[in-house]
Amino acid sequence: MKHLKKALALSALTFAMGAQAQTELTVYTAVEAEDLAKYAERFNEDHPDIKINWVRDSTGVITARLLAEKENPRADVVWGLAGTSLLMLKNEGMLAPYAPEGLEALSSKFRDSDETPSWVGMDAWMAAICVNTVEAENNNLPMPTSWQDLTNPVYQGHVVMPNPNSSGTGFLDVSAWLQMMGEDEGWTFMDGLHQNISRYTHSGSKPCKMAASGETAIGVSFAFRGARLKEQGAPLELVFPDEGLGWEVEATAIVNGTDNLDAAQTLVDWSISRQAMEMYNEGYAIVAMPGVAKPIPHFPDNAEELIIQNDFAWAAGNREAILAEWANRYDNKSEAE
Amino acid sequence: MIDSAVLPNRAWSLTGLRQKLSGRWLFSVLLVAGCAVLSLLVLAPLYTLLSKSVENKAGEFVGLDNFARYLSSGGIESAFFNSLWVAGLSTVIVVSLAFMAAWALTRTRLPMTGWVRGVLVLPILAPSLLPAISLVYLFGNQGVLKDWLMGAEIYGPIGIIMGSCFWTFPHALMILLTAMDNADGRHYEAATALKASAWRTFWTVTVPGARYGLVSAAFVVFTLVITDFGVPKVIGGQFDVLATDIYKQVIGQQKFEMGAVVSVLLLLPAMLAFFADRYVQRKQSASFTARSVPYKPRVDRKRDAIGAMVLTPTVIFILAIIGMAVYASFVKFWPYNLDLSLNNYQFGRMDGGGWGAYINSLQMALGTMLVGTGLVFFNAWLMERTPQPKLLSGAFQFLSLLPLAVPGLVLGLSYIFFFNHPDNPLNVIYGSLLILILCTVSHFYAVSHLTAVTALKQLDKEFEAVGESLKASRWRVLFTVTLPLCLPAILDVALYLFVNAMTTVSAVVFLYGPNSQLASVAVLSMDEAGDIAPAAAMAVLITVTCAGAKLIQGALRYWVDRSTRAWRQGTE
Repeated sequence: MKHLKKALALSALTFAMGAQAQTELTVYTAVEAEDLAKYAERFNEDHPDIKINWVRDSTGVITARLLAEKENPRADVVWGLAGTSLLMLKNEGMLAPYAPEGLEALSSKFRDSDETPSWVGMDAWMAAICVNTVEAENNNLPMPTSWQDLTNPVYQGHVVMPNPNSSGTGFLDVSAWLQMMGEDEGWTFMDGLHQNISRYTHSGSKPCKMAASGETAIGVSFAFRGARLKEQGAPLELVFPDEGLGWEVEATAIVNGTDNLDAAQTLVDWSISRQAMEMYNEGYAIVAMPGVAKPIPHFPDNAEELIIQNDFAWAAGNREAILAEWANRYDNKSEAE
Repeated sequence: MIDSAVLPNRAWSLTGLRQKLSGRWLFSVLLVAGCAVLSLLVLAPLYTLLSKSVENKAGEFVGLDNFARYLSSGGIESAFFNSLWVAGLSTVIVVSLAFMAAWALTRTRLPMTGWVRGVLVLPILAPSLLPAISLVYLFGNQGVLKDWLMGAEIYGPIGIIMGSCFWTFPHALMILLTAMDNADGRHYEAATALKASAWRTFWTVTVPGARYGLVSAAFVVFTLVITDFGVPKVIGGQFDVLATDIYKQVIGQQKFEMGAVVSVLLLLPAMLAFFADRYVQRKQSASFTARSVPYKPRVDRKRDAIGAMVLTPTVIFILAIIGMAVYASFVKFWPYNLDLSLNNYQFGRMDGGGWGAYINSLQMALGTMLVGTGLVFFNAWLMERTPQPKLLSGAFQFLSLLPLAVPGLVLGLSYIFFFNHPDNPLNVIYGSLLILILCTVSHFYAVSHLTAVTALKQLDKEFEAVGESLKASRWRVLFTVTLPLCLPAILDVALYLFVNAMTTVSAVVFLYGPNSQLASVAVLSMDEAGDIAPAAAMAVLITVTCAGAKLIQGALRYWVDRSTRAWRQGTE
């Protein structure tokens, strides 16, 4: 509260001086580098007085960095990081709750459930299977349509997926399977899948990249990466199994203790505005504000119906146990043969 | 300090102090200062992270609980065993190849050795992503030489060993070349006079002379491979090693305390190697004495042919890897659209900072080179060429080799914990280029230190003794004899620091700020985004820059050899 007053006083002062002085915000993000310039540009069309200085890295690295900086945070805002990571930061008391303008327009799945949310959603990235059509044909592989299909022995040695112990995407898949199939059946499914897996990777986008370059026929990965690779000319078919898809919200939050609270709030306000949602929709099929998203190339039209009822609290609460069980089942025998 | 109570006369005491200071005291004080600097740059940051290995998430002391938890989680034996044999085998391969190469470069009359040297250090000039891309393009499922593996997969131990050998080779070569460059011709004359065969001379003169270098190179390669997670992460598939476990714990699950546990475990084999190294080094004495005559290889066709034979496969392997990466940077979409295009080189349009990141990298590399070379050489000189208490020089040696056993990821995170702490007065440098420079100097301190020490060890202690009898101070000997004699090694260290600063990723990825993005990090994020060709293009640009630095350094070396070491022309 004291903080807020100070910030309000400060912002009033700035306003009184009528200064066009630029506020600089340090924004940590895991959004694809190619999109960052666009995000900043669109934001600056409405708010030319706030300059965004990006620090971008992959989800795991940026989360580790934020947590390590806990004693003396350097970021003002986190714009574009996985909900799971933000939940971790929230539990460490590193986020400043804030109810941005227009909060009520967001779907309830896409915001922190506290009354004054610690984070607000942008869009969802969802699981997908990347199938290389050339390699599938060379190996006489039928096109899979469901997760269960992937346990068919015909795919033996042709499937690559991320290791959930290293990659958030990997965990998202595992957690989704367990949620939609139930625990027992979920593990049975993964036992079958394991027989067909040629290797587990440390990065979530790698399986799709490997499929794009023909290093594997099938990569379990996420849709955004697959769509981009397809645009670059990769012979990929994206499969969205109709049993349901794991997904993760990408969200925005204010870092506790920022010196630029006013500008940070302006940014968060804008990040859930309609313009912002339309901008996210250029790369993502599902955005946080219902009714905005239009179908986009390479994504299914019914994306919203395909994603599962993801219980993030359950996933976060059981993460450690699931990962241990997974490692126990599949990690250790990785090099047995 | 030293009061007149002990010393009767004030004037006398000042002279005494001055004498003492210019004597061994000053040197010890300076080396203590050197230890303090390294403690600040390495030990203190590491402590902030490694101490978490005995704490729980809330920061309470829990003893060895985390270790017990980690060791009982299963699969550790296999990761530990995998790490050991992969590192061990890579060490044997790299040290043998590097020794043969060093021998061929220093003991034969092969032409164009300057160029061959240039090719052999290429791996160190390239960001680690280049060999990763090349190995996949060469030996992957779509690889042009896939059949050579006879059904085996590149993803796994084979890939890790090939990739590790590629990037550690120049480290070993640099140490071995330094060890063998200054050979004493009299030993070879004696061998000839005693009618020893070339084979016997090799085993009784050449190998023992390089013993220090061999042991150091083995120690360095083993430690580098066992702590590296870059190669296993990219090409190791699911082959578990300890270093990738750190990645899983810290980046995958944000469990710093478990990452710290694995880091501590990784220190063990490295410590073992360190003490083995110390043990062997005790018997080392100078091989290049004040009376030495520079060795000049005689004409010997057979020997030169053998030299060419041992060099050729290594040169071809390195050129193939680099060549494939250069090709990859021009290809539109591997392997389905092999049209060539220059588009990937338009860095201005590229994400990850483009040219700005490249300029930052250059500044960072130059800073690292200047700060690092001075610090490394001066400290090595203090340790090696001035009288020091054994304990102090031992402590310094330990501190300077410690960074080698620390994975970059661990060092980078440690720097956050230490330098970003609100109570640390140094936290102003956080996020600046300076912290990147300091971190990189620390990260690559060990090999630079070993190179400097190897060069210094080869100079006879008599140089200082003679200097003393001529009433020349150690400082004067340093500037008139030691420095000129060591200039080639100093230039090597400078280049080593420059190129590593250009290519490093693992530690700095945690430390760059909004205004200090680096080209090497941009390469990685482009590759993450699936833009392999532009990533390869940026990596090639970095490699070309480093090659340019190498050419400048080569020219300087040539000039140094000619002007200040004219008396030993013919060694090269």
